Amino acid sequence: MKQFSDLLERLLYAPGRNTKIALLRAYFATAPDPERGYALAAIAGALDFPGAKPAMLKTLAEAQSDPELFALSYDFVGDLAETIALIWPGTGTTPPDLPHVIDALRAAKRDAIPALIAGWLDLCDPSTRIALIKLITGGLRVGASLRLAKLALAEMGLMDVNQIEEIWHGLAPPYTELFAWIEGRGPRPEPGDTPVFRPVMLAHPIEDADIERLNWLDYRAEWKWDGIRVQLVATPHGKRLYTRTAEDISGSFPEIIDAMDFHAVLDGELLVIRDDEVAPFSDLQQRLGRKSVTAAIREKFPAGIKLYDMLFEGAEDLRALPFDTRRARLENWVTTHRPARMDISPLIAFNAQHELAALREGARDAAIEGLMLKRGDSLYLAGRPKGPWWKWKRAPLSLDAVLMYAQRGHGKRSSFYSDYTFGVWNEAGELVPVGKAYSGYTDAELLTLDRWIRNHTIARFGPVREVEKEMVFEVGFDAAQLSTRHKSGVALRFPRILRIRTDKPAAEADRLEQVLKLI
Amino acid sequence: MSPHPQSWLKTTPQGLYCVPGDFHIDPLRAVPRAVITHAHADHARPGNAHVLATGATLAIMQTRMGAERAGGALQALAYGETLAVNGVQLTLYPAGHVLGSAQLLMEYEGARAVVSGDYKRQPDPTCTPFEPIACDVFVTEATFGLPVFRHPEAADEIRRLLASVALFPERTHVIGAYALGKCQRVIATLRECGYHAPIYLHGAHVAVCDTYRALGIDLGDLRPATVADKAALKGAIVLAPPSAIADRWARRLEDPVVCMASGWMRIRQRAKAGGVELPLIISDHADWDDLLRTMRETGAPEVWVTHGAEEALIHAAGKLQIKAKALSLVGYGEEE
Repeated sequence: MKQFSDLLERLLYAPGRNTKIALLRAYFATAPDPERGYALAAIAGALDFPGAKPAMLKTLAEAQSDPELFALSYDFVGDLAETIALIWPGTGTTPPDLPHVIDALRAAKRDAIPALIAGWLDLCDPSTRIALIKLITGGLRVGASLRLAKLALAEMGLMDVNQIEEIWHGLAPPYTELFAWIEGRGPRPEPGDTPVFRPVMLAHPIEDADIERLNWLDYRAEWKWDGIRVQLVATPHGKRLYTRTAEDISGSFPEIIDAMDFHAVLDGELLVIRDDEVAPFSDLQQRLGRKSVTAAIREKFPAGIKLYDMLFEGAEDLRALPFDTRRARLENWVTTHRPARMDISPLIAFNAQHELAALREGARDAAIEGLMLKRGDSLYLAGRPKGPWWKWKRAPLSLDAVLMYAQRGHGKRSSFYSDYTFGVWNEAGELVPVGKAYSGYTDAELLTLDRWIRNHTIARFGPVREVEKEMVFEVGFDAAQLSTRHKSGVALRFPRILRIRTDKPAAEADRLEQVLKLI
Repeated sequence: MSPHPQSWLKTTPQGLYCVPGDFHIDPLRAVPRAVITHAHADHARPGNAHVLATGATLAIMQTRMGAERAGGALQALAYGETLAVNGVQLTLYPAGHVLGSAQLLMEYEGARAVVSGDYKRQPDPTCTPFEPIACDVFVTEATFGLPVFRHPEAADEIRRLLASVALFPERTHVIGAYALGKCQRVIATLRECGYHAPIYLHGAHVAVCDTYRALGIDLGDLRPATVADKAALKGAIVLAPPSAIADRWARRLEDPVVCMASGWMRIRQRAKAGGVELPLIISDHADWDDLLRTMRETGAPEVWVTHGAEEALIHAAGKLQIKAKALSLVGYGEEE
């Protein structure tokens, strides 16, 4: 348990992805089975203990100290698990094993759980207590995603992370056969009949040089939808909806799962579709991340799929067939099966590159991000091979906004003011924030901005500096949407700095009403 | 019946004032006669006409402020020696906070009051351990006066640091630590844990480390980080003031692991908001258990709290049948 709690603590503070992967890898390489497997399950969110709730722990802790001291402490610390862990008297040095905790919690009757937990808290030091409380109450936001854990495992096994993704959903805690395979001590765990994820094929962004030399007539064109890429897997043994990073989101989209009354693996875009009309991404966001979905939400934001590829028909693997063949198979299959809530993303006919360029220029529909180009003879290959598939996003929207606040970055940027909050003018003549960007500038520009911010600071709020309202950025973004996060009521998608407009006075920056027109 | 300290120990705008002795203790602005408990800048301020303190405190004050500003007449008093000032008997006892730090015992017509300054009970290889002194009124700090503050052993925290150095041998570990006390304690504890490689210092740390060494504290091989090149600092440990660790100065370091040695690192969001990657809970102040234990060990029926989280400590003192009140002195507690 101590090693696991040290890992969680380091992950919480680790600034960068590579540091997190290094920490996870060091842990998985040294922790024993089955502890490391349960740790992986905790990171994956695959553990649930219905009998252990925060309120019960708070009552336990108040009894150990004094309600007034507990209240003063909670007020100071701000986090319940941390307050309980720190206020708990004593420092134990013999924490229970992680597998023991899990087995005992699973076996315990509900009314026996408080005494069980109190006994463990006595055996732990404060940081192990935090880990224990977060683990059993399911509040384990460790600052590392499951994806990073899989990347660490892939590094350990000197394999591609897709090899792990491909079997992941056939595995269960404590994953001993996975570790045996990664360490070369056992065979690859076979997923068997489980509806597992298949690594997806991704496209490269097209550059001007590529546009020049492409043999355009070898390619097929489709709209690039502004939803999320999903894989639909239905076998006689189960049905799953996966994101392109292998996250299982079946529970958030029950109507899609209900419609998957077939045996196939399909590739497509998940969207909110009302009366055949695709809604903007902000509508789909209302559906993402929900553990349970009410009928009202389903009605208001109905989900649908635009299909564009077929990986398996029945048990037959189509991935080694050319795109044109797979496409024909998909079209036939849809005509035959007519699955509810799904249709085919149409091919766009064209005779020359300039016709597509004109379509891309004109693509201002909120549901369209641009175009996809797929070579007719391309096989379905895992990863992001260069050449067979291209994405050709429409030109970004942009606005001129004024720098309002700056914050220092993390890791290599920890000494630089590299995160910028910018705003536009509202009707009252005030600047209101519309977004935050931390990319798009060069290293040289970062140095200049850092110096400028230090010399033009007017107030400090912890790590944040407020600056004089003089610096104008041309900010590029993919879409504007309504949001309650900012005072302006607007948020931008993927904002990045396109240019520093030293030529432009702040008073001439854009106005909120212009941004509202882009929604 | 001896006079209650309340009648002869008063709070004034300059800080705590001993009426019959006619001197201030850790005055917040310059006064004619000052007794200084320790050399941290919030307790030892420049320009007093006459200063009484331990020899080590006077030496550190001269290093930090220059001989002129440290005070007009400087008078050293060793631990355990007694000096009579206008009928008040003054004795200094070790406070265990930093080198030279002292508690001040004042005896006046049979009444005993102890002003402890800042103190800790944990072991510290760089200073003499705290001694509880029996008294009628104990004046205490409460920097960490909440039951969530229980400091782990400093040596255990240093071992976590060394484990990280082994895990990331290509990176420089830069530790934010206050120049007086914390810096030398971290170095000495590293040495005790078997780390004998050179330790690199920010320029602001060099002078006080030199004074510690002149006073007989062994700190091993120390080198300036200011002129060292990036390559030499790969895998090394560097100490710097907290303000420098995540700022421009740190750019000379190779992919630094930012560490901070402070009691506040117990609270995770505090550490995270400061951009700290490896928080080290090392404090030169008493934690909650030690505050309560010290109150009990002095046997004082009454406790006055100078600064910090007074509310919880006063509540807890009440439950121990100790009368407690807050002096609410403003201006202390900036260093930790």
